[in-house]
Amino acid sequence: MSKKTVKLMQGNEACVEAALMAGMKFFAGYPITPSTELAEISSEKLPRVGGKFIQMEDEIAGIAAAIGGSIAGLKSMTATSGPGFSLKQENIGYAAIAEIPLVIVNVMRGGPSTGLPTSPAQGDVMQAKWGTHGDHAIIALSPQSVMETFDITIKAFNLAEKYRTPVIVLTDEVVGHMREKIEIPEPGDIEIVNRTVPGPGEDYLPYRLEAGDIVPKMAPFGAGYRYHITGLFHDETGFPSNSTENADIMLKRMISKIEDNRDDIVMFDEFMMEDAEYAIISYGSTARTVRNAIKTLREQGMKVGLFRPITIWPSAEKEIREVGRKVKKIIVAEMNMGQYVQEVERIVKSDAEVFHLGRANGEVLMPSEVVQKAKEVF
Amino acid sequence: MTSEIVQKYFRIENLPHIWCPGCSNGVVTRALTVAIDELGLDQDNIVVVSGIGCSSRAPGYLDFNTLHTTHGRGLAFATGIKLANPKLDVILIAGDGDVSAIGGNHLIHAARRNIDITTIVFNNNIYGMTGGQYSPTTPTDAKGTTAPHGNIDKPFDIAQLATAAGATYASRTTAYHVNQMVKYFKDAITNKGFSMVEVASICPTYYGRKNKSGSGVQMMQTLKNDFIDRMAYDKLPEEKKAGKHLMGVFKNITLPEYTAEYQRVIEALQGGESNE
Ligand SMILES: Cc1ncc(C[n+]2csc(CCOP(=O)(O)OP(=O)(O)O)c2C)c(N)n1
Ligand code: SF4
Repeated sequence: MSKKTVKLMQGNEACVEAALMAGMKFFAGYPITPSTELAEISSEKLPRVGGKFIQMEDEIAGIAAAIGGSIAGLKSMTATSGPGFSLKQENIGYAAIAEIPLVIVNVMRGGPSTGLPTSPAQGDVMQAKWGTHGDHAIIALSPQSVMETFDITIKAFNLAEKYRTPVIVLTDEVVGHMREKIEIPEPGDIEIVNRTVPGPGEDYLPYRLEAGDIVPKMAPFGAGYRYHITGLFHDETGFPSNSTENADIMLKRMISKIEDNRDDIVMFDEFMMEDAEYAIISYGSTARTVRNAIKTLREQGMKVGLFRPITIWPSAEKEIREVGRKVKKIIVAEMNMGQYVQEVERIVKSDAEVFHLGRANGEVLMPSEVVQKAKEVF
Repeated sequence: MTSEIVQKYFRIENLPHIWCPGCSNGVVTRALTVAIDELGLDQDNIVVVSGIGCSSRAPGYLDFNTLHTTHGRGLAFATGIKLANPKLDVILIAGDGDVSAIGGNHLIHAARRNIDITTIVFNNNIYGMTGGQYSPTTPTDAKGTTAPHGNIDKPFDIAQLATAAGATYASRTTAYHVNQMVKYFKDAITNKGFSMVEVASICPTYYGRKNKSGSGVQMMQTLKNDFIDRMAYDKLPEEKKAGKHLMGVFKNITLPEYTAEYQRVIEALQGGESNE
């Protein structure tokens, strides 16, 4: 049995703890409720491990500096909420096209605009996927608890490094601020992935995919390779290219490195799904409400189960399709006016009838509401 | 025949460049490589960052670690790189629009922090890349494609803006004054802190055409005639001062540098060990 340290922690605190264990050495951001603790704790802890923290002048600068940190070779993170997430979008696209590993934490709060600064929401689910302009693939993970925030943050860094991509941790005000007991593993018991770098003296083309690699190797600036990074479409050399043929190849590689590796990237959880005739699909803190409601419904004899995507993007397409084939009806429960439900409808098509239970007024869903909705439509 | 400088510091395979005939971007970019050569800096250790614009395409032609970012954000990316690895020599190339409009906030804060980044502004008083719209440095009454009736805005003085914000080195020269430009670049790169060299430049294609400023050669001549050293200016008789623009060094002082201060924090906490 490996040793674990038990601690009482807030979700945001667990996120930084995990980031440090994953090897984060650079944090740049701008304070905003309910994500501020991420900046505060990073500023306290990073210099202790020789890492760097900087409070930038705005969220745009926060993500830009974090990308810079990653290009210089450090595992980097930025964190924000609502309005700040909107400001970061252009540079999320930059990190996607330039293939820069980066973790972006968005502790979701009520919106649009300044909205409900201190209230939970799950209204940025679609923005996480399509917030930046242009075609691209993205990874977004959503934890339901403090422990899972820890695990997912480690995973986010690993995926960012492995696939050379920005990874979004979509948590929410409830998970970010809730205090729970968590078990922190020993550093040696955690799987850590580092980006592949070119060997010394290697003939290096920054965007050439070598046989056996998932993504091109990434040299840190200053290591002697003197190459170019741009947000323009570029070829293997890293220099801009106007060729439509090249753009096609590059875009497809950028998207397929994520889409084709769904099995590695997609995480999900099921509760009482074995014999379920009805399913509720829910993620993040809302899934806890649903789990609670399912126990009540089961006691009342309704065969209902929970399917909980942990990886929000790319979606658990295969598994959600199976859920659709297995059950007659599905409720998607989320703290918004109907976002992930669209993805579920797209996947299950006519295999099952899909209903939505959602709200975005700053109040979390209550188990009783879930029970009521289930009784209504199932 | 390409000169030794061009051979050594330019990515010959990416030439010819995209700039218009008569544009001063090539002159300024070359002057930067001369300054780097004269300083004897290690090519592998130099990072050149830019935003978006005609001038921001310069890094793609230069054989260093080069980063072409998003419009206006170059300094924020550069800040991340410099803080992550303070041993690197970080230089930003920016247009006047890039650095003083969309990127103005990053400019004043990088200057305020006195982070060791050298910022070189190719100030052609116009948005070149997007086709001649007025910028924050377009003179009042001048024309741009979005100021067809004459610009009613008042222009920024970028070098003074950087000075006021906290830059420890700030100077202005022109694309015509190549020797002075090289000297200023060297002084700026050598300064341990935030440095700004504003280079009055020309865009014959848009600014020139819209404002009937003549050919590239004539516009260069205008730079030569209109810019005067700030010390010399003070000695000019009043009647000769009209229409003159100041160049020279506006600031050159030493203050604690941001990444060095951060290093002190690390050392105080853990006794010198860092990830560098
Ligand atoms: C966010 C964003 N807004 C606008 C643009 C369009 N744009 C590209 S370059 C540019 C201005 C360029 O002017 P300047 O920075 O002065 O550089 P120059 O081209 O004159 O060298 C603009 C507005 C953009 N690329 N990104
Ligand atoms: S548009 Fe103006 S700034 Fe751009 S390359 Fe042409 S002359 Fe130079």
